Parts: sequence; C-alpha cells; structure tokens
Amino acid sequence: MNEMVKPKDYKTDIKPIWCPGCGDFATLSALTKTLAYLGLPKHEVAVVSGIGCSSRLPAYIDSYGFHGVHGRALAVAAGLKAARPDLTVIAAGGDGDGYSIGGNHFLHACRRNMDLTYIVMDNHVYGMTKGQPSPTTEPDWVSKLTPHGSGLRPFQPLAIALSSGAGFIARGFAGDPLTLTRLIVDGINHRGFSFIEVLSPCPTFRPEQKQWKQLARPWQQEATSDPIEAAMRIHSDDGMSTGLIYQNNLPPWQPGTMPARDLASIEQEFLV
Amino acid sequence: MNNSVSIAVTGSGGSGAVTTGLILLQAMAKAGYYGYMSRTAGPQIRGGESAVMMRFSNRPVHCGDDRFDVLLAMDWHKLERFADEIPLDGNSLIFGDSAAGDIPEILTASGAAFTALDLQQTARSIEGGRANMLGLGSLARLLGLSGDTMRQALQATLGKKGEHIIAASMACIEQGMGFDIGDHGQLQLPSSAAQDSHWNISGNEACGLGALRGGVRFVAAYPITPASDILEWLAPRLEKLGGVLLQAEDELASVNMITGASFGGVPSLTATSGPGLSLMMEGLGLAVASETPIVAIDVMRGGPSTGIPTKSEQSDLNLALYGFHGDAPHLVVAPLDISDCVFATHWAVCLAEQLQTVALVLSDQSLGQTRAVMDKPPHAELPCQRRIAHVQDIDVSQAFQRYQLTGDGVSPMSIPGTPAGMYTADGLEHTERGTPSSMASDHDAQMRKRRDKLTAYNYGSTWARIDGNGPVAIISWGSTSAVCREAAERLASMGIPARVISLRLLLPLNHRGINEVLQGCSSVVVIEQNQAGQLYHYLHAEQVLPPHARSYAKPGPLTIRPGEVVTLISGVINDE
Ligand SMILES: Cc1ncc(C[n+]2csc(CCOP(=O)(O)OP(=O)(O)O)c2C)c(N)n1
Ligand code: SF4
Repeated sequence: MNEMVKPKDYKTDIKPIWCPGCGDFATLSALTKTLAYLGLPKHEVAVVSGIGCSSRLPAYIDSYGFHGVHGRALAVAAGLKAARPDLTVIAAGGDGDGYSIGGNHFLHACRRNMDLTYIVMDNHVYGMTKGQPSPTTEPDWVSKLTPHGSGLRPFQPLAIALSSGAGFIARGFAGDPLTLTRLIVDGINHRGFSFIEVLSPCPTFRPEQKQWKQLARPWQQEATSDPIEAAMRIHSDDGMSTGLIYQNNLPPWQPGTMPARDLASIEQEFLV
Repeated sequence: MNNSVSIAVTGSGGSGAVTTGLILLQAMAKAGYYGYMSRTAGPQIRGGESAVMMRFSNRPVHCGDDRFDVLLAMDWHKLERFADEIPLDGNSLIFGDSAAGDIPEILTASGAAFTALDLQQTARSIEGGRANMLGLGSLARLLGLSGDTMRQALQATLGKKGEHIIAASMACIEQGMGFDIGDHGQLQLPSSAAQDSHWNISGNEACGLGALRGGVRFVAAYPITPASDILEWLAPRLEKLGGVLLQAEDELASVNMITGASFGGVPSLTATSGPGLSLMMEGLGLAVASETPIVAIDVMRGGPSTGIPTKSEQSDLNLALYGFHGDAPHLVVAPLDISDCVFATHWAVCLAEQLQTVALVLSDQSLGQTRAVMDKPPHAELPCQRRIAHVQDIDVSQAFQRYQLTGDGVSPMSIPGTPAGMYTADGLEHTERGTPSSMASDHDAQMRKRRDKLTAYNYGSTWARIDGNGPVAIISWGSTSAVCREAAERLASMGIPARVISLRLLLPLNHRGINEVLQGCSSVVVIEQNQAGQLYHYLHAEQVLPPHARSYAKPGPLTIRPGEVVTLISGVINDE
C-alpha cells in the first residue's frame, strides 16, 4: 500500500445515485482502494463507462472520466488508449451495457487485446430501466416485459471472453471486496485486456440475489494459462466461483511504427 | 470551358482500361495540362467491365463535359452499361478493335465516326504486347503527346512493375502512335509549358491530406465504399507521422473511438458513407453533448439503404443536418471540388477543434474517386487551436469546471494527464462541472452554450464561394457546384450573366451572407443531385430564399452536366 495516498483521496464529493445495498458500491470502493494501492496519479487514470446504474461510476472517482452512451464504453476506452498509451484506462459498466447493446465491442476488445481493464458489474438485470432481463438473466425470471420469462439461455461472459481472446479473465463478488480489489490490481497490472466480471447484486429488482452471499466461493484451483483447461472449468461452473480463472500473456495491441516522415515529404508524393 | 478534350476508355475485365486512363492522365499532366478522370465499373467485385472518363484542358478542370470527343473501346462487352455515362454525338470518334466484332448499334446510333484499329492483332506480334497500350498510343498521337512524355508517364505509373513491362508497353505505344487514325487536329489542345508544380490527386486522398494538415493524428473507421480509399491512403501516412489508424468493428465503435481519442487530446476523425453515418448518429450526438471535437467525413453514394455503393449522389444532406436526436448544434461542411477537399477537410478539423463540437464533411463519390491534375492546393493558415486548460490556469480550490459558461461558449478543456484537471465528460445533461443534471436551468444554460458558440463564431469569407454577378443566382453545393460554376462561365459568354453561390458551410447557415449575395437577383435556382430537393427545402425553411426560388433536383447516379444547367438557366430567363 502506498503510504501517501488513501482510497478516499480517489473519491469525488458527488453522492452516488445508487440504492442502499446496491452491489456497485463495492466496485467503487474496490477501485479506489486499487488506485491507492497502486499509487496511480489521479490525472493519469481515466475511467470510461456507458449507460446504466453501474455506468455512473466515473463521476464518483476523482480521475479523468467519460460517461458515454449505452454500450460503447469499450469503444471510447479503446480510442483513448490507442491515442494515449501512457494513461491507465479502465472501462466499466453493466451486463446490459456490455453484453447486450455493446456485445460486439466486447468480442472485439477481447480480440484486440489492448492494455485496458474492463469491469462489468453484473446484476443479471437492467437496473436503470427498472427491471428487465439482461443477457445474463435466468430464462424463467419473470418481469413486466417478459411475463413468462425470457426463455433464453444466459450469456456466458467468461467463456465468451476466453474464446474471443482475452488474456486475463476473472470473476469477483461485491460481497468479497478484498478479493475484488486484488483482482482489479492484478487486472491493471496485466499487460493486455483484462476482464473482470463482478457479481453485483441489485437488491431493488433482484432481492433474491441476497443468496449470492451463500453461493459465492473461490475457484477450487489456481488460475490456469491453458485456454482448454479454463474452458472446462468455466463450463462446469455454476457462475458463482470467484477469483482469477485464466491468465495468459498474449501480445498486447501495439501501434505500428513505420519510419518517421514529415507532412511536407508526404505531400511531395502528389507532384506530377 | 471551350478548350477541353474529353476521352473515355472502356473495356471488360483485364483489358486494362483503367491503367490506360491513369497513364494518359499522367502523360497529359507531364505535358503541362490540367486533367480530370472519373471512373465507373460494373457490379463484379474484381475484373468486371470498367470505364474511365477523362477531360483535359489548359485550364483547371473541375467536372466532366457534356459529351465525349473520343471513346476508345477495348471491346464491346457490356458497353451498353456505360452508354448513359458516356454521351457521344455526330462529332465524336470511336476507336475500337478490328478483332472485337461488330460495333453495337447503341454506339452507331449516336452518329459518331468509327475507326477500327488492329489492336489485338498487333499486340500479339510484340513480345509482352497489350492491346490497351496500342490504343493508348493512338490516343497519344491524337492528343499530340511525344514518345518521351509517354515514357515518363509509363515510368511514373507502372515503374514498380519492372523494366521489361515498361519496355513492352513502350513498344506498343510507339506502334499505336503510328496507326492511321485520320487527321483530328481540332482535338489537340494548345501546347502547354511543362509544369512541375501540378498535383495528381483524388478527392479522397485530398480529404485525407486535409485531415493531416488540420493535425488529425487518430482515425478509427469501418471500411465502406466509396470512403475506404481515404482510410487506405491515411493508414501508412498517419503511422509515419506518429499517429494511429484503427480498423473498428463497426461504425458505432469508430465514432466512439475517435471521441475517446479526442478526449485524450488528439485531433481525431472518421470517414464513412451514408449507411455508416446513419449508424454513427448517437455517437455524434454524444460528441456534441460532451463537447468533444471530432470530424466525420461522409463520402456520399446513392441511397437509401445500401443504395448504389459505387456511384454518387448528394442525398445525405438531410441526415447530416437533422439526423441527431435532441437539439444538437454542429457543423456541416462540404468541399466544392476535388482541390477543395483539402481545404474543406482541413477547415472542418480546425472548426471542430476550436469550437469543441462535431464537424461533418459531406464529400461524394464523384469527388472522392475522381483524380484531378491540378495546381498544388495552397496551404491555408487557419486558427486550429483547441482551448486547453493548462495546469497553471486551473483553480485548485474547486473541482474543474469543464463546461464552464464563458463569453463565447467555448470552455477550456483539460487533457488527461493534466494535474488538477480531472473531470468526467458526460452525454447526460450536466452542470458546469459535468455532473449529470435534469434541472431546467442547467439544460437551458448548457443548450445555449452549445448553440451560441457556433452562431457567434466568425467563419470569415470561406462559408461560400461566390462567382459571377448577374441577376440570376444559382445556389449549389458540393460536386454539383463545380458544374454550376462552369455553366455560369458558359452563360456569361452567351450574354447571360449569372452568379453562383457555392455553399461550403451548410451548418450553421450564414443567413445574412446569403441575403446579401441574393440582393438584386431576379431569379434564384437551387441545384443539387438528389430527388427531394434537400438543399432547396432547407434554405426555404431557413427563410433565405425568395418565394419564387426554384428547385432543380435530380437524383444520381448520373452527374448533372454543365450543358444541362445552361439549358435550365436559359429557360428560366425566357420564362421571365
Ligand atoms: C441506445 C439506448 N437504448 C436504450 C437505453 C435505455 N437504457 C438505459 S440503461 C439500460 C440498461 C442498463 O442495464 P445494465 O447495463 O445492466 O446496467 P445496470 O443499470 O443494471 O447497472 C437501458 C436499456 C439507452 N440509454 N440507450
Ligand atoms: S436499481 Fe439495482 S442496480 Fe440500480 S442502483 Fe438500485 S440496486 Fe443498484
């Protein structure tokens, strides 16, 4: 822990809009602890998000932030990181934001393997729009919009991240803030795209998620670097095992480096 | 422009029609002439029939003529496809291959004189010989080009292919120059002094260059015809300048990527065509609301939907003006010709940077994929500075006020990495600090700020180009405006003076400027290449047109020709 800075130094004075007991408070506090632990200068960090309850996070962190449109956090983050590789860029949001409307960016962010950290606060519901099923919602969960349940098999974020080429895949739980902080620290330290799915209960629309406290537990084994092994573990899990599951140091995205030229010499190409 | 010569070359896949055109354009350029070369192709992805349409002159050429003097057809295969695009008449010449069979009726119906040349047959007698090079030789003779000029042009165009290709091609060109094509001295332009300052550049390359001149160092985009050439031209060059080009997974990503990069302080741009611009709309609105400067070039093609990807139309104006949800003040700029693609894009980048907003650049396929030999576009000195909050300017006693209300509506922006400048950019309505707010007072203040910064800015005289000064006013934009300018020259020589208002800045509209130029005009005609009369209705809605103003709106893909405008305006005069 860096002695000079404290987690609260990374908090703004803006009061979160979240409901009491919302899991997203845990990610906020884990993130500020992480930044303090790593001693990252606030002005060299950017937190980028989309739209949703969870996506409100950037305003509560005293760093640079971008609260964009629904589903596009990873695109904004990728542009920022490509243009400013010197910054620590963290993307964050909800399961609807990242897996539904932003699903395509999720796949390609994993493939592109930029040095970004992506935190998804997954509450298996659309909180902000007041309780519709998200891609990770159970098929028989009844809502006003889906009186018979969605009937759809839940999206498997970890499996998808793995098959799309992410090199750091973890699951945290809002009820275990210490592990969550460690995961975010390791994710930021990982060179390449790090994906951290956080089980983040929504007491307002999914009160039954109180049970997660009983269900969540650490993975039985240490993380693996073997994608086949990781796939087997992910597919045989009930979605409640937490910790780092897979880490593989794949080459991160790098900008190309052709020999430098100036604009005047480029303009010469057009001369007849 | 009376002193120009227009030549088309057509051929089926592999016949080398496009290469022939590129070499001829380069040869005429070496000989000191100005040139213009557009191209068109059949539906095959690769190797289908294609046509190049060229025009040369001693004066700058900004559009095609009404007709063609010469058609060189390598074969007759699917030629009917190009008949509308290559108008011929009784004064035109057709050169075809004696081995290609009978000339199609659709060509003879024009009354053009046909000359059969032994292209294929002669090519077979030359090692590595190609029929198109023989045809090129006969065009060189027709235009009075020397063997030396042809050799230089070959070297410049095919040099990378190796010495033996050059030698074989040159042998063919020399043979072709010996063909008896009759005496057509009237097609030779007055000789011109060789120019070493002319450029050979396409509109898409010109947009790319304008972006670089404006300081763009980050581009993210998704490939789409006819905009991809901009990206392909930029990719290696940006890298050499220390910039980055990312191929995005879709246009939703590209617009948000450039917004992220620009938030990081790097001037950023994307390029697309209609379908992509439609997808970007939400993201563009985010850049407006978060006051993040970005530029999107739309190289317009036939619409709606996938439309006609390879051909031109000016039908995205409504989308560019009105496509955003909410009240979203932004800029719309349109280049007036190929050369102006450099300036207009450069200007758009600078305006976006200065005003911290979105600038859309509406180019089109007929600008983007046409090459011109032109004077080197002058380097415009434009104010191009983003208003940055440096650490020493920041009041550390409070949170950084990113959206501070200032006199001119532009607030200093702190760039990530600046100590004490931390803030969260937001597309939600916000306070001066950037904190989301749904209060009427914040909405009112921020909406005014975003509007007034654009309306109060002094865009100078570049908002439009005004040519001529007669009682008839033609208002146009983009590639069509170049056609109107040529038509006005012809009209002037017929004793019908007309003024042409070519709008470069379409949003915000310069109401006062337009009112001033329209002073004393008895007739006003708005000319554009779309079905709905999008510019006409826009100008009417903005109340800058007199009630009697007329609309001449014609959808693509055929370009409006100068003669068509001359006839139209002459008719308008007679009506009065
Ligand atoms: C383009 C668009 N479509 C729909 C919405 C409405 N919307 C806002 S947030 C949201 C879902 C949020 O769910 P999630 O991302 O899981 O976040 P949570 O609120 O649960 O944290 C939706 C559908 C929107 N803002 N933009
Ligand atoms: S609705 Fe659910 S997700 Fe949203 S703030 Fe409340 S508890 Fe959190």
